[in-house]
Amino acid sequence: MTRPSGAILIGGGILLLWGIVALFAPLLSPWSPTEIDFAAAANPGPSAAHPLGTDPVGRDMLARLIYGARTTYIVVPLAIGSAFLTGGIAGMLAGWYGGWVDSLVSRISDVLLSFPALVLYIVLITAFGPSVTNIVVAVTLAYAPGMARLMRGQVLSVKRAEYVQAAQAAGEPAPYIMVVEILPNVGGPLIVDLCLRAGYTVILIGTLGFLGLGLPPPTPDWGGMVVEGVPFLPLHPHMALLPAAAVTSVVVACNLLADGLRERTA
Amino acid sequence: MKLALFVLRRLGQTLFTMLAASFLLFALTEFQPGTVASKILGPYAVETQVALLSEKLGLDDPLLTRYARWLGTLAGVIENPLSDPALGLGLSDPRGTQYVGNFGFSLMQKEPVADVIADRLGNTVLLTVWAIGLTIPLSLLLGTLAGMRPGSLADRAISTTTVILTSLPEFVTAVVLLLIFTAWLGWLPGTSPLDPGDRWSLGAQLVMPVTVLVIASSAYVTRIVRASVADTIGKDHVRTATLKGLSPARVIWSHVLRNAMIAPVTVILLQINWILTGVVVVEAIFAYPGIGSLMLRAALFGDIFTVQALTLLALAVAIVTQFLGDLLYAALDPRIRAGT
Repeated sequence: MTRPSGAILIGGGILLLWGIVALFAPLLSPWSPTEIDFAAAANPGPSAAHPLGTDPVGRDMLARLIYGARTTYIVVPLAIGSAFLTGGIAGMLAGWYGGWVDSLVSRISDVLLSFPALVLYIVLITAFGPSVTNIVVAVTLAYAPGMARLMRGQVLSVKRAEYVQAAQAAGEPAPYIMVVEILPNVGGPLIVDLCLRAGYTVILIGTLGFLGLGLPPPTPDWGGMVVEGVPFLPLHPHMALLPAAAVTSVVVACNLLADGLRERTA
Repeated sequence: MKLALFVLRRLGQTLFTMLAASFLLFALTEFQPGTVASKILGPYAVETQVALLSEKLGLDDPLLTRYARWLGTLAGVIENPLSDPALGLGLSDPRGTQYVGNFGFSLMQKEPVADVIADRLGNTVLLTVWAIGLTIPLSLLLGTLAGMRPGSLADRAISTTTVILTSLPEFVTAVVLLLIFTAWLGWLPGTSPLDPGDRWSLGAQLVMPVTVLVIASSAYVTRIVRASVADTIGKDHVRTATLKGLSPARVIWSHVLRNAMIAPVTVILLQINWILTGVVVVEAIFAYPGIGSLMLRAALFGDIFTVQALTLLALAVAIVTQFLGDLLYAALDPRIRAGT
């Protein structure tokens, strides 16, 4: 067991820290994220009562940042997990069975890959309106094809390995071989890909909030906080910069973790 | 002969993908028969009105029938039933009811979708042409500089910067630029309505939207170019060229870049698809009158036909560039042709 690299420690550390913040939000937060302090709204800069200042309406910035982490840590894992399950299973089946299953999966992937994730979500909200479910569906449809391709390639690379053939000869059922024999041996590149895509998903969800397509207010959402702060950039830049920095820190952490893990698996 | 077969095969796949993608788009937007009629009539329509319109437009037919009718209208084979004055919707099209590219009517602007898009398409093309036109030379230059001497100061500076920049969402870059150049320095406008009467020149209005797009895409492309150049520079044929006394510029130009460009060329083409996503964000932030901001407004309004048309446009761009990328890849590397 080698010592984890700096990239893994820093990336993983940032993600863990935000995770703790999200989990214990009610204990850590000095204010409720939706409570309006009218006195502070007139002077929204940092003060003793509001260490990071308030937002344009007078809601505590620190509290909104803390609860915004919650929103991110609920939506991103749901979306990326659903994409990974769908893409992983499809790619596993395509790689293992080949033939028409493989053709079907790759044709469907080609079609889905021509939709950018944001455009897919825009199409979904036109018909069904904005919701967490639609975010999860859009991310799944957009990212599952790439994950399926990766998984397919990985399965093909070990399909003829001796341990797989041994399991087949021993009469193990196909699902058992796929999950118990193959999956642990091809996981490395998949985890790296998962980290990178988690980063893209954080960007996407921040962007949706920024564009007003995300979760309805007053749900604290980092992207939405940035856009609320933009008109106040000249006087109170903290209103837009703090949530922008929060989003960026999570994306950087995902990318660092991916880089670090890639070097380990390579 | 082999090349012709390759092109034909790819063309067939491309057409299939386009058709399947258009069906998925149609199914997502019009799956529920009630959706279309209630979007046309607006939120205050009574249920009986919705049912009546659905019946007149044949919206209760099976999905495949409706999809065939939609394609037929688009191809100019069938009349668009919405133009019928008897429906009393007040929608009319100067081109007539039957023409190629008939996407129906924008429910938001009560005009033909084709006109609504035509008004704004040019602006988006202007934005993307500038963005791509600057991204390509910039990433080739920086990527080559970094990849030429892996581990050098230039490499570390460029690599670190690009890693950070690829982690920045477009809206964050935009906010930082707005803070510096609009709020603090006052050098550039915060919005880009492209209004001729505006006190800012057209050029000044384009600077920030283009810069945000260039930063987002060139950081990524630079990394690809760098990796490709760094990989090629260690190859035997490059060392031979250096040892036989060619100048470094000659070596880079004719021995490294020619071989290192295969991967970046396809990445740049795929980047066009990525830039489309960025365009929606950038146009929304800077109130830029293009099709990205139109799509956003149309989606929030529930303007189903405009969203369909714009998505189909984005799909066509994505699928055609993918096709061209495959062809170019095959042209640059003959091994690919044989392989597929």
